[in-house]
Amino acid sequence: MPQPSALSSATIDQFLAGARACIPVAVSVAAYGMVWGMLARTAGLSLLEVMMMSGLVFAGSAQFVALDLWTATPSSLPVGPLVLSALIVNLRYLLLTATLRPLYPSSNLGRGALSMYLVTDENWAMTVAAMSHGGGSVAFLMGGGVMAWLSWMTTNVTGYGLGSAIDDPSRWGLDFAFTATFLALLLGMWRSKADLLPWLVAALVAIATASSLEGSWHILAGGLAGSFAGAILEVRKHADQS
Amino acid sequence: MQTSPEAFIAILGMALVTIAIKAGGLLLADRLPRQGFAAAWLRHIPGAVLAALVAPALVTGSPAEMIAAIAAGGIYILTRNLFAAMAAGVLAVYLARLLLAS
Repeated sequence: MPQPSALSSATIDQFLAGARACIPVAVSVAAYGMVWGMLARTAGLSLLEVMMMSGLVFAGSAQFVALDLWTATPSSLPVGPLVLSALIVNLRYLLLTATLRPLYPSSNLGRGALSMYLVTDENWAMTVAAMSHGGGSVAFLMGGGVMAWLSWMTTNVTGYGLGSAIDDPSRWGLDFAFTATFLALLLGMWRSKADLLPWLVAALVAIATASSLEGSWHILAGGLAGSFAGAILEVRKHADQS
Repeated sequence: MQTSPEAFIAILGMALVTIAIKAGGLLLADRLPRQGFAAAWLRHIPGAVLAALVAPALVTGSPAEMIAAIAAGGIYILTRNLFAAMAAGVLAVYLARLLLAS
């Protein structure tokens, strides 16, 4: 039997595998999606604005910050601060998407850049974990992204509709779904004792940053500190050997 | 179902800077050397970012999150199953918060 669709069926398998892999964290995404929808209503966004923001911006932490700045009267809407805060809160994505380069051939980078739109903490984490075991692909990344997008969008709209009937996710421990899954992913990436120091540096810098700065600075600060520590150690070791 | 030009511009601006940053990381990484320090640095980012994402959520002043982290980590090492680790973490943090609060 000829297999004209061999390539595309492998791609579809990867896409579905990526979507499946994101189910554990989609629990957290959904819980916070409901809360965001509810808060967006309180902040005075219309349903259309909720759908535009979730569909186009598609960045949870930036959207939570935006609600603090939002005003129901258009004339007093702080457009500049809204855009600037989205930029600042999302700076950590520079680090995240940089690590995805091995998935893209250099010739196809334009399309790759556009597909970064669907990158979230969740499908990024699943994809780099798969890459560390020799797997991972653009289709896998996109499957997780579509999964996250759908669960974010549907729960935002649901939360908006339900209004204040929504519980705080931490009451049911749902805030921890994200932490528990990412911790397990980190354990799965363990290669050797050489990983210990960079991870420890990242954790300590992140804890120190989180206790002094609000927002997502701890991810950027810890990620930079830990990765530089790892690179310095690795390069030094090679220099010693040669 | 309505919006204002101001809200539309704000949302569009937020969307554009977000995709610019996300695309920027990939495009900048493409300009880095494939060997040596830069390559080593890129290789160490995933673990460091995950550690930085997780660590502050475990150190909250209450031992509930630490207990739940040990439960989730232990279940993951035993089963190598992410969903089981997630479920164990959520259940453990729920119970620990309940018991520690009383």
